[in-house]
Amino acid sequence: MRLRDTAMLHYPRNASVRRRSTLWTRIHIDPWLCGILLVLLGAGLVVLYSASGQRLAVVEAQALRLGVALTVMVVLAQLSPKTLCRWSPVLYGAGLAMLIAVEVMGDIGMGAQRWLVIPGVIRFQPSELMKLAMPMMVAAYLQRQALPPRVRDILVCAVIMAVPVVLIAKQPDLGTSLLVACAGVFVVLLAGLSWRLIAFLVVLAAAAMPLLWFNMHDYQRQRVLTFLNPESDPLGAGWNIIQSTTAIGSGGVFGKGWTQGTQSQLEFLPERHTDFIVAVLGEEFGLIGMLVVLTLYLLIIGRGLLMANGAHDTYGRLVGGSIVLTFFIYVFVNIGMVSGILPIVGVPLPLVSYGGTSSVTLLAGFGILMAIHSHRRLLPR
Amino acid sequence: MRKPRDTLKNPEQEVRLFRNRSLLAALLVILMSGALVARLVYLQVFQHEVYTTRSENNRVRVEPLPPTRGLIYDRNGRLVAENRPTYNLTIVPERVDDLDATLDLLVDILDLPAKEASVFRERAYQRQRPYQPALLMSELNEKQIARLAVNRYRLPGVEVEAQLLRYYPDPLIMSHVIGYVGRINAEELADLDRGEYSGTHFIGKTGVEKQYESVLHGKAGLRQVETNARGRVLKELGRTDPAPGKDITLTIDERLQQLAYDLLDDRRGAIVAIQPKTGDILAMASSPGFDSNLFVTGISYDDYKGLRDDHDLPLYNRAIRGQYPPASTVKPYMALAGLYNHVITPEKTIYDPGYYKLPDHDRRYHNWLRWGHGRVDMHRAIEVSNDTYFFTLAHELGIDRLSDFMHRFGFGEDTSYDVYGASSGLMPSREWKRERRGQVWFPGETLSVGIGQGYWLATPLQMATAVSVLANRGHWVTPHLAKRIGDETVDPPPAKEDIELDDGWWTLVRNAMGDVMSGSEGTARRVGAGLEYRMAGKSGTAQVFTLDNDERYNADELEERLHDHALFTAFAPIDDPQIAVAVVIENAGGGSSHAAPLAREITDAWLLPDDDALDEAAAEIRQRGSHATP
Repeated sequence: MRLRDTAMLHYPRNASVRRRSTLWTRIHIDPWLCGILLVLLGAGLVVLYSASGQRLAVVEAQALRLGVALTVMVVLAQLSPKTLCRWSPVLYGAGLAMLIAVEVMGDIGMGAQRWLVIPGVIRFQPSELMKLAMPMMVAAYLQRQALPPRVRDILVCAVIMAVPVVLIAKQPDLGTSLLVACAGVFVVLLAGLSWRLIAFLVVLAAAAMPLLWFNMHDYQRQRVLTFLNPESDPLGAGWNIIQSTTAIGSGGVFGKGWTQGTQSQLEFLPERHTDFIVAVLGEEFGLIGMLVVLTLYLLIIGRGLLMANGAHDTYGRLVGGSIVLTFFIYVFVNIGMVSGILPIVGVPLPLVSYGGTSSVTLLAGFGILMAIHSHRRLLPR
Repeated sequence: MRKPRDTLKNPEQEVRLFRNRSLLAALLVILMSGALVARLVYLQVFQHEVYTTRSENNRVRVEPLPPTRGLIYDRNGRLVAENRPTYNLTIVPERVDDLDATLDLLVDILDLPAKEASVFRERAYQRQRPYQPALLMSELNEKQIARLAVNRYRLPGVEVEAQLLRYYPDPLIMSHVIGYVGRINAEELADLDRGEYSGTHFIGKTGVEKQYESVLHGKAGLRQVETNARGRVLKELGRTDPAPGKDITLTIDERLQQLAYDLLDDRRGAIVAIQPKTGDILAMASSPGFDSNLFVTGISYDDYKGLRDDHDLPLYNRAIRGQYPPASTVKPYMALAGLYNHVITPEKTIYDPGYYKLPDHDRRYHNWLRWGHGRVDMHRAIEVSNDTYFFTLAHELGIDRLSDFMHRFGFGEDTSYDVYGASSGLMPSREWKRERRGQVWFPGETLSVGIGQGYWLATPLQMATAVSVLANRGHWVTPHLAKRIGDETVDPPPAKEDIELDDGWWTLVRNAMGDVMSGSEGTARRVGAGLEYRMAGKSGTAQVFTLDNDERYNADELEERLHDHALFTAFAPIDDPQIAVAVVIENAGGGSSHAAPLAREITDAWLLPDDDALDEAAAEIRQRGSHATP
């Protein structure tokens, strides 16, 4: 009964709605999603102005990047899901090849090998590409199988996921590798992985935790230890988390006001315009500001899930669902880390933190989601 | 095993499956968002107060404003301890891109040995919080400051900061009086008022610097400032100015101090001069001296080793810690002890055959003059320093009365008021020997004590104090070093009870001491020749090496370190004493020939208006001052 109700939201039979949506459908843009995204991006720029120490140049640079990212989104929205599905293995293969290239000759940046550089032309992080290529590849594979997936399918998916995840983890970039893994896992879960297998895998994962611990780099272990007890090293590794919780907590319900946060403006907050920008939001706009932004994120996720449900084929549904859920994981991990309930991993706040690459990837994902959603009517049912 | 399943795709079922799963996912999303909201509410609503306080503490810093240390002057207003601006090199590692490269560059620019880089590396992280500057090096010289200024653009995060540093213009002669300041160490830190000293790096370690630490230090001020995380002060929110330490004017006359140090001529010894009427210590020289400036910023190991291993012990303050047998210088006090206890009269004579024998004993205690002085009364006993007379007197007094009386002259006690680390010497007594040595007192030991030998030990400061009490006819004035603190003259410090004796006795003893200098038989008559005023003196020759009964002392045969110490105590003029002096020169030989001339030079310089010794000393100080590098 309830399912039917939701279905009605998706298949509007109301003629006026249909007429209105045809205009948008022609350019393959979802007005709801696009609208919320633009509100969020605008809010993000406002916060960024304060977080950058009121440097307009930073905001302009970010706006420019967001413009590029939005263009990418619009362009990708024009592709048909069939094409996307067909090109998924190619994209995945290219990503894999580049990861191997980084492994062999990658540029070392920020203490980790992450960048692929063609001198003078481009610096590129193959792991960013993998964030999209991975769920697309897994979904393309499952598209051909009957669902729910059988054990053999799961094993194939596991291999598809494991290779890039291990390569990224070796860079070392544990945070990204886990997010890429998440994107793949969401596909499998949405595809209908049996509860028994889920339970089995959860137990397996729990058992693998110690193994993970012993394979971590020292700085990664330090982050976990610091998360468990930030006061143990208040000037070193614990500094970030102490300062960010202080910023958020001192913001209170209404905040200290835009550009008035002492923690952020006086630079006690580290990485204030990148990974820790949410602390600036919390300090200057208080709980209210946090709830508003969180609501925007939830609206995007809700709309995204509805769009994924409306996709015409399995591939579309799986890719769309995975993109949306991965997006939520970014939000959750970032806010969780800055507010001190998760260990510190280098995950920016999606679409708000300063930085071009991740915005392009994220908006490209939403472009794909729009493509999947808007092309359903043009195809025979 | 598995249920047979349709291998064909079933779109209807797949759509349903996906809807179920995405609905579940939506539920999870809401749950997890709920967790985030719960955390935010916890931080921003329930813990708001805590974090507000924490953020205020972050932002507002209370900076101590260290007071300026008080200066020290000599009695004529000459600066003997000052504060000079010095330049420190600091670094904020957070503002440096490549710390190792920067430190190597600094070592290169400052022209330091390459190994300094590792020392810098260590110091770069010795601080309390991120973005706080760390002290790499103090006392940069002008050349280094210039080279740093030129290379400034290559050195972000590196700063040159000005600070006041203690400087002693005349360290060699004044080091034992003033002492020195040094970096506060961990032990001192434990006992300090952290608030008062949080901005101060130095503290008095010895001497006047230590004794008057609380006066010289002043009161710390503070200011509340808003800072950013880099520690850069953005604005001042409030301020209490520090109260600078008070200046101290010493009783020391630096010219006399210089003269005394020059007279000692790098020999091991000490000269203490006191103004009897006031108790002002006019000079308190200990030789050899040392450069106290070395200790201010932390002495290098090699320098310290050199001072520590020097056989002449330059760090040892002989004037207040050197303990010597006072020897014959105590004979005037012995005479007074005999009179006070009515065991002798001034007129009574004894016959000296050249030795003294205790009743019923065979051992002979020799007079210094082997063939004896014949018949001697009290006046002559002092003038010729007859031992036999004082052996007899000591035996009749007994150690108890002797010891008690000598305490009244300050022996066996530290009677000084503000002399840091002054030793109390040793005035032996029957109880002392029983407690400390577990032995009974032997009558023969009383004889040794009777001529200032045996267990009796006194510092040059005590000897000078005793002779100045004598000069005052028993009136006690406590010796002290501080004349004025700030603008206020120091009140006369509490003194011991005056020694009340028949006025004629004082006159007799003082006249006898006058004849030591000017009498036909006076032991120091050669030194006393040509005196333009009446000077009272008493020589002493302290045995370092105990001779067997019938052995004669032969200076040539003994190791230099086993030679007798030369002692002399004096005051002048007899009728209106202006200065009392004690001179000790280690292993120099006889007191009247080696120590007495120095005492005369001191009194001459102090009393004779046309004596130019003080002017020459002043010229020497001035000349050194002009050579000192600022």
